[in-house]
Amino acid sequence: MYKVVKKTRIADVVTLLEIEAPALAKKARAGQFVIVRLNEKSERIPLTLANWDAAAGTITIIFQHAGRSTHELADVQEGGEIRDVVGPLGTATEIENYGTVVCVGGGIGVAVLKPIAKALKEAGNTVISIIGARDKSLIILEDEMREASSELFITTDNGSYGRQGFVSNVLTDLIAEGRKIDLVFAIGPVPMMRVVADLTKQHGLRTVVSLDSVMIDGTGMCGGCRVTVGGETKFTCVDGPDFDAHQVDWAELVMRKKTYAHQEKCQLDAYKGGKG
Amino acid sequence: MGKEIGIREEMPRQAPEVRRCNFDEVALGYSVEQAVGEAKRCLQCKKKPCVAGCPVEVDIPAFVHLIAEEKFLEAAKSLKTTNALPAICGRVCPQEEQCEQLCVLGKRDQPIAIGRLERFAADYEAANVDPAGKCDVTDRRPPVANMGKVAIVGSGPAGLTAAGELACMGYDVTIMEALHDPGGVLAYGIPPFRLPRTILNREIDYVRSLGVTIETNAIVGKLYTLRELLNEGYDAVFVGTGAGLPQFMKIPGENLNGVYSANEYLTRINLMKAYKYPEYPTPVRVGKKVAVIGAGNVAMDAARCSLRMGAEEVSIVYRRSRAEMPARAEEIENAEEEGVKMDLLTAPIRFIGDDEGFLKAMECIRMELGEPDSSGRRRPVPMEGSNYIQEVDTAVIAIGQSPNPVVRQSEPDLQTTKWGGIITDEETGLTSIPGIYAGGDAVTGAATVITAMGAGKKAARAIDAYVREKKGL
Ligand SMILES: Cc1cc2nc3c(=O)[nH]c(=O)nc-3n(C[C@H](O)[C@H](O)[C@H](O)COP(=O)(O)OP(=O)(O)OC[C@H]3O[C@@H](n4cnc5c(N)ncnc54)[C@H](O)[C@@H]3O)c2cc1C
Ligand SMILES: Cc1cc2nc3c(=O)[nH]c(=O)nc-3n(C[C@H](O)[C@H](O)[C@H](O)COP(=O)(O)OP(=O)(O)OC[C@H]3O[C@@H](n4cnc5c(N)ncnc54)[C@H](O)[C@@H]3O)c2cc1C
Ligand code: SF4
Ligand code: FES
Repeated sequence: MYKVVKKTRIADVVTLLEIEAPALAKKARAGQFVIVRLNEKSERIPLTLANWDAAAGTITIIFQHAGRSTHELADVQEGGEIRDVVGPLGTATEIENYGTVVCVGGGIGVAVLKPIAKALKEAGNTVISIIGARDKSLIILEDEMREASSELFITTDNGSYGRQGFVSNVLTDLIAEGRKIDLVFAIGPVPMMRVVADLTKQHGLRTVVSLDSVMIDGTGMCGGCRVTVGGETKFTCVDGPDFDAHQVDWAELVMRKKTYAHQEKCQLDAYKGGKG
Repeated sequence: MGKEIGIREEMPRQAPEVRRCNFDEVALGYSVEQAVGEAKRCLQCKKKPCVAGCPVEVDIPAFVHLIAEEKFLEAAKSLKTTNALPAICGRVCPQEEQCEQLCVLGKRDQPIAIGRLERFAADYEAANVDPAGKCDVTDRRPPVANMGKVAIVGSGPAGLTAAGELACMGYDVTIMEALHDPGGVLAYGIPPFRLPRTILNREIDYVRSLGVTIETNAIVGKLYTLRELLNEGYDAVFVGTGAGLPQFMKIPGENLNGVYSANEYLTRINLMKAYKYPEYPTPVRVGKKVAVIGAGNVAMDAARCSLRMGAEEVSIVYRRSRAEMPARAEEIENAEEEGVKMDLLTAPIRFIGDDEGFLKAMECIRMELGEPDSSGRRRPVPMEGSNYIQEVDTAVIAIGQSPNPVVRQSEPDLQTTKWGGIITDEETGLTSIPGIYAGGDAVTGAATVITAMGAGKKAARAIDAYVREKKGL
């Protein structure tokens, strides 16, 4: 059992949980994730380590209320317990001093991006961050990203906050201005990562993405999370989640993520119906 | 019973048409009369040829004799002096290739049903000593504790056995298991209709009752490294991480939705309990027509699970012939009785999807057997022009697993073979790092429950000798 020591609603449909997990907090590194299972009857769901505090012995996850399992998790009370938390899983992001790194985050992807941006800055990089969402209410971690970056741009699709448009528009401008860019991180919904990957490929800018394929064990034991990268099958949970954006077979990822779309909808409807 | 001495007692089973619709246990177990009748056939051979076939050296004639004398609790106790998991072994071990193959009665007639008797004794004890499942452990408990501390990585049969043995020798033992439930393949792979989870949990509780602590959600190589365990107070470590890395065929369309590795398919159904969906919300996509590629125990389990999940047509697709099928004969028979079709001398060469990427068909080619290959089995050779397309909406790939990668990736000094098996000394299980031992599928590649247990036992003895020497005990 893992105790929830803090719970905050950080945006409209986004919850932050700080969880007691001392051994994990000591080992966590940027880019890694955990798998949580709320109770005996819950699914195992992968969530990125958004923060960790070795001294306090806690880790933090930030998640969007997407379907049944994340809704259920968002209903946990402060002081309540989560049955299983396993990690740190995945290969940590390669952090070094690259020079100037642009960190592009969309929607809930910003939660995944933040620890990476922070680690990059600590490693001496100039970090330019661009974060965006559909609407102002969905912008998360603005202060934290500002702190982790030398420059921060914000966009919303509807113009309700920051600049109107997509995160990729800002990146296009930075490239057009001739800014020196050594590496790009792009983390968010697949369509966003794909647009950024196409753009940076044209300009020969090395780009890393963090993929979120459907997982079960997270230990390399099932192959359910497989993706094709550079023509080879990789397991996201052990070989990733970070991959070279220009090598990813995006169409396959989009397709595989829809495997259980039907069941997911039924589950969510049933869960909401049960509560309502 | 008025029965011929040469014929063994039949195992009562659920009828095929009933059992193919439920996840309850297929084999129902001997009655007291059957068990005694079967045990009385045993000749009590002085040389005990059957024992030589048992990787953990169960004193077979001794426990069989106790059953014949109706001393069932003593029979169970006798079993447990050498085998901590008799109810499991009695159900899943390939006795026909081990002890029963060496039974002298088998030369002319049917060998003693050693596995069924083992299961009977263990189940009898569980039902009669303490119905809640706790066993009497007093005479296996060490008189003095505090020999030292040992960490066991992985809670499959290898890890559970090593842990139980060491606890009995007086060690403080902690098992670290990556998943949320202990048991390894016994928990995530083998379906409950072959190994009910109450039985598994009872035997795991027995290991716990010997003083073993099981820490779940503890992935070694990530949460702790092997070196840290040695540096932070453990005198030795045993690695029993199994062979869970699924192999794929590397043919087109393998990543379509609806193509599963057997591990993913069985994990969703058995560990995550998709067979109780939607009460348990983890989904699995079992179509009307399911093809399982491969013909080992894993393939049989996947095929039989598919029927129980509501598939209308389930076939085993295997590139060799019936004689080469690696699954236990009993499981093949069970599968066929339940309606699984055998598509032999056939191999898929391509999976075909619909517009949205869901599997809808599979292109296969017929094979014929050529010259023997390195495994001694005749090599399947594709027959040109025999291609055909078969409609299928779920395909399960059960062509083998390799050792789990996480531990070895985290410890460069741990020597492994080129296919990822940990290299050990055969007698002791010692790896290339002093103080670190390994055994089971992590060393041998996918094998059996009992060989994993045998390796756990050997390593436990070697660890004990190592710690004694180190501490001058
Ligand atoms: C490595 C990794 C890190 C992630 N980090 C975060 C994070 O920090 N914050 C966050 O909000 N989300 C994160 N996700 C996504 C998160 O796991 C899913 O949103 C969650 O599992 C959805 O579960 P659900 O039942 O609420 O939704 P569902 O209704 O089941 O599904 C909604 C969406 O989530 C995807 N999904 C469903 N089940 C899984 C699964 N077992 N594994 C992966 N994706 C799944 C589906 O493809 C679908 O697109 C991450 C995913 C991965 C693989
Ligand atoms: C579907 C199926 C059916 C089978 N049927 C039979 C049968 O009928 N009879 C038979 O004799 N054999 C059968 N087998 C084979 C048998 O189950 C295995 O040979 C046996 O379980 C191997 O035991 P093990 O302890 O070495 O490993 P496993 O049982 O694989 O256990 C290894 C454990 O280690 C854990 N682990 C892995 N990496 C880490 C890590 N880094 N940190 C912590 N924990 C870790 C895993 O999660 C797992 O729980 C079957 C196998 C399968 C898959
Ligand atoms: S070989 Fe057969 S008959 Fe002889 S002791 Fe063993 S089980 Fe009994
Ligand atoms: S989630 Fe099972 S192998 Fe990656």
